[in-house]
Amino acid sequence: MQHPAFEEVTFHHHTDDATFKKKVKNTTILLSVITIIELAIGLIIYNIHKGENPNELLVLMFKGMVVILTLAKAYYIVAVFMHLGDEIRNMIMTIVVPLLLFIWFIAAFIYDGNSYKNLRNKYDSHYKESTMPSKHQPGQH
Amino acid sequence: MATTATVQQTKWWSGGKSPFNMEYGKLMMWYFLMSDAFTFGAFLISYGTIRFSQNFWPDPNVVFNAFPGAGHANLPLAFVSVMTFILIISSVTMVLAVHAGHNNNKKEVEKWLIWTIIGGAAFLGCQAWEWHHLITGEHAVLWNGQLDIVGQTTRVNPWGELASQQDIAAAISNTPREVLEKLAHMSAGHEQGAAHANFAAMSTPDLIKAIDLEDLHIRENGPVAFGGYFYGITGFHGFHVFSGVIINIVMLIMTQKGVFERRGHYLMIEKAGLYWHFVDLVWVFVFLCFYLV
Repeated sequence: MQHPAFEEVTFHHHTDDATFKKKVKNTTILLSVITIIELAIGLIIYNIHKGENPNELLVLMFKGMVVILTLAKAYYIVAVFMHLGDEIRNMIMTIVVPLLLFIWFIAAFIYDGNSYKNLRNKYDSHYKESTMPSKHQPGQH
Repeated sequence: MATTATVQQTKWWSGGKSPFNMEYGKLMMWYFLMSDAFTFGAFLISYGTIRFSQNFWPDPNVVFNAFPGAGHANLPLAFVSVMTFILIISSVTMVLAVHAGHNNNKKEVEKWLIWTIIGGAAFLGCQAWEWHHLITGEHAVLWNGQLDIVGQTTRVNPWGELASQQDIAAAISNTPREVLEKLAHMSAGHEQGAAHANFAAMSTPDLIKAIDLEDLHIRENGPVAFGGYFYGITGFHGFHVFSGVIINIVMLIMTQKGVFERRGHYLMIEKAGLYWHFVDLVWVFVFLCFYLV
């Protein structure tokens, strides 16, 4: 399959139909299974919140697990469905390296929000009293 | 080692060939998507910053627990999981359309594009229902010392903490008569066919007796930013889905007219596919930030 308009493209990605179908099927199953696990964790978090004295550390741990599973999903969508994994390394790097800014971006801004909350609670006691959630509320759902 | 590197470099950067082994349009689509990722990222990180600056944030399982046709049943995560699966499946059909394009198989491209368009339209329909349900929903709230009934908008948030029974008891005497009538109606349950006129005829003390305060789960007002972020970000994503559906419809028409067949390649389908997968990719993060954590 030669593309006359794009002679400068050196090679095309050819996968035979059987291999391709298998890859797509496996990725679909993987994404579905990860989503189902995420939903299960979501329901676990919901039930922990509902119960007596919710264990905040446990909730945080489950939330961390969901974040990791989401990153795994994102990786499979980009690498397999968008075929970025099949491109040449230099091209992949021009996409992935700028995205590393997100590491700073997320850390800095979440820290900023948290710091604002702490300072406000420290210096504005009325704000703290009026917005701090009470420990446990029976019947909350 | 040094020789290999030189050979590699000569191979890709000596001119006459694409150093990224990719035609211009597809490469630029990738760079557009990268910049779009930063736009979405900035929105979501801004949401995260506000959320971390608050002492209280509503539990998504309390906010998103409705399902079309299920009335007032408490079904956290159910509807959004349907939406998520619709988008995953439409992403798979798009992969199949792109692959059919590689094989220059016009019929298959058309078939899978149609399925992708249906998936996108179904997702938009789900989102329309969800927004409508949130905006027009009736929730009993306690604020400014009186009871009120509101929906989730960008100005009010009915998902604060559950109000204490003594605060509610104090607020009920300040509550306007029309709100009391509505609350009594809500307590009776709309589905029982209780006519609003019956409550209008009741005396105020009887009306208050008719209100089941425990059952209404009256809440205080929650963080106002919730609505703006939710509608802003899911709306921006929904707009991407909408434009993706339009792009796919254009691709379908061009395929049917034989434009790509004459051109000898289906690379446009590939670019549309990249955009469509990106929409799915963003949803994965919207799903995480608004519904799961």
